[in-house]
Amino acid sequence: MKKNQLSKKALEYNRLVQAQVPKPPVFLNCCKAFLVGGLICAFAQVVQFCFIYFFDFSKTNAANPTGAVMIILAIILTCMGVYDKISQWAGAGSAVPITGFANGMASAALEYRSEGFVLGVGGNMFKVAGPVIVFGVVAAFVVAIIRYIILAFIA
Amino acid sequence: MILQGRQTWVFPVPPVVTATGTAVGHMESEGPLGRCFDIIHKEPWLGKESFEKAEQCLLEQACLEALKKANLDTNGVNMFLAGDLINQLSSSCFTARSLKIPFLGLFGACSTAMESLALASLLVSAGGAHTVLAATSSHNNAAEKQFRYPNEYGAQKNDTCQLTVTAAGSAVVQDVGNGPKITAVTIGAIEDMGLKDPFNMGAAMAPAAAQTIINHFKERDVAADYYDLILTGDLGRVGSKILVDLLHNAGLMVESEKICDGGVLIYSEEQKPFAGGSGCGCMAAVAYGYIYNEMLAGRLKKALLVATGALMSPLTYQQNESIPGIAHAVALEVLE
Repeated sequence: MKKNQLSKKALEYNRLVQAQVPKPPVFLNCCKAFLVGGLICAFAQVVQFCFIYFFDFSKTNAANPTGAVMIILAIILTCMGVYDKISQWAGAGSAVPITGFANGMASAALEYRSEGFVLGVGGNMFKVAGPVIVFGVVAAFVVAIIRYIILAFIA
Repeated sequence: MILQGRQTWVFPVPPVVTATGTAVGHMESEGPLGRCFDIIHKEPWLGKESFEKAEQCLLEQACLEALKKANLDTNGVNMFLAGDLINQLSSSCFTARSLKIPFLGLFGACSTAMESLALASLLVSAGGAHTVLAATSSHNNAAEKQFRYPNEYGAQKNDTCQLTVTAAGSAVVQDVGNGPKITAVTIGAIEDMGLKDPFNMGAAMAPAAAQTIINHFKERDVAADYYDLILTGDLGRVGSKILVDLLHNAGLMVESEKICDGGVLIYSEEQKPFAGGSGCGCMAAVAYGYIYNEMLAGRLKKALLVATGALMSPLTYQQNESIPGIAHAVALEVLE
């Protein structure tokens, strides 16, 4: 009985809160994310073309140095304190590309510098990026198994 | 000291806040209350190697500033009550290490600002001390590091989240002296409405603030228009609006112009502080910087200071616990 009353009170309060909380501009945020994410990828494409046309890389081989350039740029922007400001505007647009991953690693490394190189930087560098790697690898396994089964089925 | 009702102390011989000291960071000094603060820092490191050491330095400076204004040295202070947001109250403990004043560390999240002032007035009024120093601090970067993400990590914040204030404030409470007096205190109980969003702590704390204010008016038995100002600690823009709704729904008709919030006052709209400021230092800086100076200047007579705290940790959040809110109220008045 008492528990019911409490949850009723809590529900009423929740309604009161919802009336006062500003609604996040979901559509606008999606547009910003699309724009910035697209710009980052387009820029990376330009970098990849440069590697292909000026340095005689094959299309596949050019992917590696392109990724490296994007990572270095993201880390430089993180160190300059700019990347988080871009992210506040862009949201998922700057978080999803490889630059977001680099930002996660670099920001954690910067943050824990005061606790020393081994226990601080080393121990905390994957604090933000770690889960991405774990679930990225797990997801890759699952997808690979599904692909294997489908291919075996077709054959 | 008289216990009135269940949770309110009334002081027939009120303890005096004889001096205050504040130290703030750059963004706070650029805000509308910038001129009220004693010590201003331009960069978040304060020349130290870590944000935690910077916060400790901030707290120490606020304490020494208050003692200087009260013409006291550390030997003249009986007790030091302090709290902050860093694990194991590091900033307070290390400040107590250098001040060498008998020390009690307090944790009530952001409500510690008034928890410490309330207990200081109790100690003084009960004859347990002649002079008590009450102080709290918070540091934006140190709090971000502990409670959220690394500072430079690009996580998008929404409009309900609040910025932890880089500030420290301290007050000297004495049994005799000149200054605004602490006339009553109401200790709050925890209110938890089951909210879980750590990016909307104003809404999680508003019911606790409302309950403490309602209890204070009931037990102290004063009219709704008794105070010139009711200042909540860090409810932010969202939480403040909810508080007014809650008070009016409960039949306590305080004019909404008389209800202010430290988190709203400390930053201007142009500084884009999302819903406002938060943290132990927010209430301390606003109460001991702005409110105290307004009282000294005679522009404000009676204020009820209600510091609100969200008693959650990153651990309880990850374990899917809701956010318990708490609020303590201290009545500060200029008596003729």
